[in-house]
Amino acid sequence: MNDMSPAIELVGISKAFGPVQANKDISIRVMPGTIHGIIGENGAGKSTLMSILYGFYKADAGEIYIAGQKIQIPDSQAAIAAGIGMVFQHFKLVQNFSVLENVVLGAEDGALLRPSLAKARKQLKTLAEEYELHVDPDAIIEDLGVGMQQRVEILKALYRHADILILDEPTGVLTPPEADQLFRILGRLKTEGKTIILITHKLREIMDITDTVSVMRRGEMDSTVRTSMTNPADLAERMVGRKVLLRVDKTLAKPKQVVIEVRDLNITDEKGVHRLKGVSFNVRAGEILGIAGVSGNGQSELLEVLGGYGKATGEILMNGVPLDLTGAHSDGQSRRARGIAHVPEDRQHDGLIMDFSASENTAFGYHHDPEYQRNTLLMDNAAILRDAQGKMERFDVRPLNPLLSAKNFSGGNQQKIVVAREIERDPDLLLVGQPTRGVDIGAIEFIHQQIVALRDAGKAILLVSVELDEILGLSDRIAVMFDGQIMGERLPENTNEKELGLLMAGVTDGEAA
Amino acid sequence: MDKMPKWADVALVPVVSLILAALISAIVFVAVGQNPWEALKLMTYGAVGTSDFLGYTLFYATNFIFTGLAVAVAFHASLFNIGGEGQVLLGGLGAAIVVLFVPWPHWTLALIAGATAAAAFGALWVAIPAYLQARRGSHIVITTIMFNFMASGVLIYMLSGPLKPGGNMQIATEIFPEASHLPSLNDIAELFGSDLFGRSPVNISSLIALIACVGVWILIWHTRLGYQIRALGRSESAARYAGISAVNITMIALLISGGLAGMMAVNNTMGINTPQLVDNAAGGAGFIGIAVALMGRNHPVGIVIAALLFGALYQGGAELSAATSIPVQIVVVIQALVIMFTGALNEMVRSPIEKLFIRFGRNRVAGE
Amino acid sequence: MDFFTIIQLGDASVRMAIPLLLACLAGLFSERAGIFDIGLEGKMLAAAFLSAAVSYTSGSVWVGLLAGIGISVILSIIHGIASITFRGNQLISGVAINFFAAGLTVVIAQGWFAQGGRTPSLPKDARFNGLNFPGAVSRMRDKMQASPGMQFYSEFVSGHSILVYLGILAVPLSWWILYHTRFGLRLRAVGEAPEAVDTAGISVVRLRFSAVIICGILCGIAGAYLSTAVQAGFTKDMTANRGFIALAALIFAKWRPWYALGACLLFGLFFAIDIRFSNIQLQVIWIMALLLSCASGLTTYAVRREKIDVIVLGGLSFVLAGVAFVAWFATASTEGISIFAALWETVKVPSQLIQSLPYLFVVIVLAGFVGKAIPPRAGGQPYVKER
Repeated sequence: MNDMSPAIELVGISKAFGPVQANKDISIRVMPGTIHGIIGENGAGKSTLMSILYGFYKADAGEIYIAGQKIQIPDSQAAIAAGIGMVFQHFKLVQNFSVLENVVLGAEDGALLRPSLAKARKQLKTLAEEYELHVDPDAIIEDLGVGMQQRVEILKALYRHADILILDEPTGVLTPPEADQLFRILGRLKTEGKTIILITHKLREIMDITDTVSVMRRGEMDSTVRTSMTNPADLAERMVGRKVLLRVDKTLAKPKQVVIEVRDLNITDEKGVHRLKGVSFNVRAGEILGIAGVSGNGQSELLEVLGGYGKATGEILMNGVPLDLTGAHSDGQSRRARGIAHVPEDRQHDGLIMDFSASENTAFGYHHDPEYQRNTLLMDNAAILRDAQGKMERFDVRPLNPLLSAKNFSGGNQQKIVVAREIERDPDLLLVGQPTRGVDIGAIEFIHQQIVALRDAGKAILLVSVELDEILGLSDRIAVMFDGQIMGERLPENTNEKELGLLMAGVTDGEAA
Repeated sequence: MDKMPKWADVALVPVVSLILAALISAIVFVAVGQNPWEALKLMTYGAVGTSDFLGYTLFYATNFIFTGLAVAVAFHASLFNIGGEGQVLLGGLGAAIVVLFVPWPHWTLALIAGATAAAAFGALWVAIPAYLQARRGSHIVITTIMFNFMASGVLIYMLSGPLKPGGNMQIATEIFPEASHLPSLNDIAELFGSDLFGRSPVNISSLIALIACVGVWILIWHTRLGYQIRALGRSESAARYAGISAVNITMIALLISGGLAGMMAVNNTMGINTPQLVDNAAGGAGFIGIAVALMGRNHPVGIVIAALLFGALYQGGAELSAATSIPVQIVVVIQALVIMFTGALNEMVRSPIEKLFIRFGRNRVAGE
Repeated sequence: MDFFTIIQLGDASVRMAIPLLLACLAGLFSERAGIFDIGLEGKMLAAAFLSAAVSYTSGSVWVGLLAGIGISVILSIIHGIASITFRGNQLISGVAINFFAAGLTVVIAQGWFAQGGRTPSLPKDARFNGLNFPGAVSRMRDKMQASPGMQFYSEFVSGHSILVYLGILAVPLSWWILYHTRFGLRLRAVGEAPEAVDTAGISVVRLRFSAVIICGILCGIAGAYLSTAVQAGFTKDMTANRGFIALAALIFAKWRPWYALGACLLFGLFFAIDIRFSNIQLQVIWIMALLLSCASGLTTYAVRREKIDVIVLGGLSFVLAGVAFVAWFATASTEGISIFAALWETVKVPSQLIQSLPYLFVVIVLAGFVGKAIPPRAGGQPYVKER
């Protein structure tokens, strides 16, 4: 059949969340047995579109055709019945259930569990052999690594006889080798006739594995092309809608004295897991040390200890004087007093109080500062407001309304509020975690410039990011973390993504060389 | 940006909730064979119909301001202090001990000492639940409920044992010494030749309640402590990042809360016509504080308004039950409905109003 | 204490434990599904009233039981609407339901029976009466004289109302539903990770509503038991905080059915002791020893920790020690004997203290010094689809 009907066809899909138009009149066709990529910036509406296809949200308008048949997908049950499976960016697994129970959940055969579990156990064995998806069916999810958990998600979809598999940013939590393995599995699924939709913002993945690619921008479909007919620069331009400056403008660093010296830092969490294993490094004044690594390899814990809200053993010297790592002075207030400012990884969870006004947020963490006090008893709310107004003007925060709640600003503007607050304190050391996660391109450039400017003012900067491009673009020195250890240090001019990728996967210096 | 104007959020939503609560209450009245309109008239007369009634309304409102503020301060830290009832009882115990065993020369001194002792006892009574919440994560709601029961045990033990006056059958302390009696508002009104508050016990502590409102307003919105309380209440993880100690702020917020509840004792033990501590001194005021705080949106101005309303309800309800066969528990029913609609069902009330505003707002924009 | 007294104590413990157990299992279903329910108390109270009222009016206790279950389920559904449909605060909703029931039962009872907010006393056939098993002796004198085995059989095993056996049976049934059925799997999942349930194509709302309805049914039985089996009619606030104690028992039981049985029997024992031994006498020296060892234990715990622990627990120890010495000296002065003689004096433990023991134990349980439990992960939070 040469006029084969597409596996999926979406026509004129629109979806609004309150005043935000997440999807505007989107149409897309995906042929069976292909891998189709959907690429776009954060907030371009990719995940929303796929969540509509999976029945997680209901579209305001538009039609869905599966294998040529027009169908309604009011809920996930309908999507599953239509042969659609989805692997979400944040896995939807019950942490204290076994693999088997997770696979069976929602796809049981009867009111009693035992027969369902027995059948699933047999089925999993078959699937494991067919697609090289081996997982211990009795393992508890919380004991499994992220790569394994992702496998469980794929198995869940296959167990439900999915012909169409949607994966939302599947490599975000994977090391490069794990990602390669995932792509092999996807290739295998494709040859078995499955249709795969891959949502990502990583150009490389699109080029490596997809047959066709759709580019989304600000809730609209920009274009759909054959992957073989395009190139990364072209795709990047379509994503952003203009030429992108992929490199950060900066001069060579002039590092001076050591500002922070970390020696043999160890962290064990409440569960007894060894999160940081003897980490040592230093950062000098006037340089940016970038820490690369897949998320969950100890970077967050490192930032928490440096920022004063995690306990550790070992030694940290700030300007030559040790920091308290466990006692009464291991808190955020003491760290700020020692000249350490911190742009946390998760601004909505940690960096801001979403219900507070922008003005109250610009004093957050520095609320004891004398400039915000009227006298020993009262705070000077007017001074806080004035200060916020100034910071928001200098960092071009929009809308320029300090009384608006933080939750009403876009991601980029929220991040600017945090960055303004921390940078304008003129710290000796700035900790920055994922500075541009969920931030639009315009704000990314601005934030990068501010970080470089702070470096040029002779301050030390510790940058943690899972985006290799960001690490390579900003850092003067790069350390790679894997499994709570620093696998090696590189200079950005002497390394490349491939070498860093190997280090991120735990391949040691010797082996990588 | 903000979907509806602020006045709608702080005034319209509570008023609509209140109307819904009133409608269901009306159904209850009908169910027990009482004409709701008649009941409303009786209650209104009972609440403000005579100077005595008005005075009692204000007297109860004063109680509810204290407990409402207590619940509100804890709410700002996202803590649910349901133990106001017990803290009020302990506050009464503190006030009674200080006033009975020290011969105060003048009521002003007795007032200061009594208020301090009441606040201290109220705060101490919440200290253990607060500590368990802060350090052990034990749920404050259940622990404070348990402490309510134990508080009444402690009080009854004290009133029937150590504090029992000789030869008295009533479970209560002696009447406090004459010099410590607080001037009633009517004494003050009489100076101007008025009989505004009749023989009701409403007294000088109403002014203390208003001062406490101002104090709470300053505390929550104009001090670092208040800033930290609100920050912790809105986001525990962000507070941790900012170096705000969850343990300390939880403790302090609850101690303040318990202290405010305890201070109610100044009104209901020292301020009554025969100043003494009785066994059911709290009379449900600790729980009404929850409704008052929810309806008043945890803001002192809202709390004063809500407290006046509940004062009227409480007093009017008492008169209603005296005049008809309806028991006073009708007040508890209305209180429950107010808590339900202004608290748990807030979204049900709020979102249709919000939608109306969005539609109306759009039309206006389109019309321009 | 002879064997028969122990049997009687056990018997009373079971009787007292049953309403706790039913409420505890009710809470278990609700909380396992992620809905905190502090309104168990109110639901039991409403059910206690309505089942007594309907039993009295209709003359059939079974109709009464159904009515009790009905009203409890209605309140559960209101809690569901507030906390599931409108994503309201579950604690506040529960508190509202408690007050609603506390007030409305009295108002309606007064309007219905005009007996001061209570129902009339139920005649024998409008109550759940004890079932006498074959061969069991029922007269007290016969029991006293029977062999230990017969005493156990007659007093402990036989003679309860059908609801007691039903309550005990509810434990294995709950366990089986929870761990061996599709419904149980989904229920446990929705309390841990509602997003997993939602993406698996199961309705979170429907599942959670089923859970709160089960909770309502069990609370309804618990309430009916109080007013139609333990007592013969409804009195104001007759649940006497059992709903809250059941919640504490649930935490103590780590949200597991069999543990719940154990926890509720333990609390039942406290109540049985309270009822049977309201007059406990102790020698002063024992009171001193008990209080001072508690104080020193707390202090020892605190000094190895942080400042706040020292302040609070130190203060508490100080108070306990103070109480001990006051009791000692007061005994000496009231009896007019020497300080040392007072140590051997026997004094009555205040009945208020005995009555407070279950509550005190709840606090100790919640303090987590008796085993720390992990609650269902999604408990207390309304489910909102992630954006």
